[in-house]
Amino acid sequence: MSINTPAKQTSHLKREILARIIRAYLGDNYEEDVRLIPYKMRPQGSDVPFRCCIHKERAILRDRVIASLGFDIEETQDSELLSNLAKKALDRKQPEEHPLTLLQTACNECVPARIHVTDLCQGCVARPCESACRFGAIKVENGKSRIDHTKCKSCGLCAQVCPFQAITKIIVPCENACPVGAIAKDEDGITRIDHDKCISCGKCVSACPFGAVHKKSQIIDIIKNIKSGKKVIAMLAPAIMGQLPCTPEQLKTAIKKLGFNDVVEVALGADITTKNEAEEFRERMENGKPFMTTSCCAAYNELVEKHIPEIKPYRSETKTPAYYTAEIVKKENPESVTVFFSPCVAKRREAMQNPNIDFVLNFEELGAWFVALNVQVSECEKEDFAKESSAQARKFAITGGVAEAVNSLLDEGEKAKAHVVNGLDKAAIRDLKKFAKNGKCELGNLIEVMACPGGCLGGSNTINAYKQANKQLTGYVEQSKDIKEILK
Amino acid sequence: MAKVNVKVCLGTTCFVMGSSNLQELIELVPKKYGDDVEVAGSPCLGLCSIDWEFSKAPYVKVNNEVIKEATVEKVLAAIDKELKN
Repeated sequence: MSINTPAKQTSHLKREILARIIRAYLGDNYEEDVRLIPYKMRPQGSDVPFRCCIHKERAILRDRVIASLGFDIEETQDSELLSNLAKKALDRKQPEEHPLTLLQTACNECVPARIHVTDLCQGCVARPCESACRFGAIKVENGKSRIDHTKCKSCGLCAQVCPFQAITKIIVPCENACPVGAIAKDEDGITRIDHDKCISCGKCVSACPFGAVHKKSQIIDIIKNIKSGKKVIAMLAPAIMGQLPCTPEQLKTAIKKLGFNDVVEVALGADITTKNEAEEFRERMENGKPFMTTSCCAAYNELVEKHIPEIKPYRSETKTPAYYTAEIVKKENPESVTVFFSPCVAKRREAMQNPNIDFVLNFEELGAWFVALNVQVSECEKEDFAKESSAQARKFAITGGVAEAVNSLLDEGEKAKAHVVNGLDKAAIRDLKKFAKNGKCELGNLIEVMACPGGCLGGSNTINAYKQANKQLTGYVEQSKDIKEILK
Repeated sequence: MAKVNVKVCLGTTCFVMGSSNLQELIELVPKKYGDDVEVAGSPCLGLCSIDWEFSKAPYVKVNNEVIKEATVEKVLAAIDKELKN
């Protein structure tokens, strides 16, 4: 669950479907059971909680099943049976390239984003809206302000000056949430994701109140590898330690119960990231560089590639914690299959470019897996992690944690002045572009960038409420050793 | 008057299906009702395993009443009802 958002029915639906698919796959009648999921969830005569009729409910559930099987909904034929797709998911060699897909069936016909004059308009004498508009797009006619949409640029100035707050901006939640303009309705009113622009931050997934943006899951691919007897190793992003009602040592056992051969913390790699990044920072400052940005957030890295290439010289060359962890795991176990446990969508793209990371499982999918197998995490035995990680590395998941870690390895006098970007929105992206263009940043010399507000704990695929997750993870951090002791 | 007893199931299934967001009840309820209501997180109440009814999780018990697909609002309404009895 993202930061400060209440429970959502859409999350409940998505997790229920995942749990049902996993159950089906591990049962005796996989293909048929998958076909029946929409009917099991909305049996004959059942209530119709959300849509116009039971058929539409089932049609949308069917699309959610398609995405959870890992396919692109838009490329799937309507006539194709779910049982057939379930089989195809097993035959697939490579997961899909782009992690997101849209459910046109679930997508509401949101009114196109625009400025709208409500009935509260009094047609007043002062008419500040008219004088505020720089495009001559608003005029009082017949006692009420009217907008000429051929001239309106949706700047919202009229809304700001209206003394009655009678003018409002109608938003399309996904478009509004996307920081890079990658999702929008086309001229036919159909929502599309522009994959050349999309940075996989997952903000549209959280924003859509109809749950119409879906991840394509890799869960079938992962379980298939486990079932075939391969040595599958779990690599846990630090944010996971705040997600479930159990200790990290119990979580390790719980994950092994799912069939994973070994479980390692990605904090292991975060210690290496910290060490390299601190060295790099020191070197850059000695060479008179104005500032450096971190490089561990996958959505930020994709943002740099696609939208702010000019900031590349300022971004640290250090690799992500996932990179170093996967490198260690593959070196020690060349024959293994590695699965990165992720709080967000963006790591899917990073994994795709890294041959050492085979699959990505997000926390919601892990949760659904526990539900499907009825694993009680709080009743699991404790098992220690073979390799210990530092407090600083485990705190990477909380905003400010990466900069704090880097600073802990810098001496007095060379400490970084951190500027923390706590969530990538349009304003933050403008600032980053400005820093790159001017070659300076007044706010600090180490810019930590986290795409999600709150850090990885606020990722779009997390389970626990932010405040509780923070408390739980902080407890784990506090009982961990200092990084200087770990790196010795 | 007997205290109203509220148990928020924090078993894995309930937690994943939504009780992670009900943890705020554990702070909210004492503030709102003082000593009249006792609230606590509980290990698995066993309600999800009957007929594999996980789709109705998260579960909360208010005295003897079982609340399915519990939300903060539903639980508060159930507490108010019990207090009136």
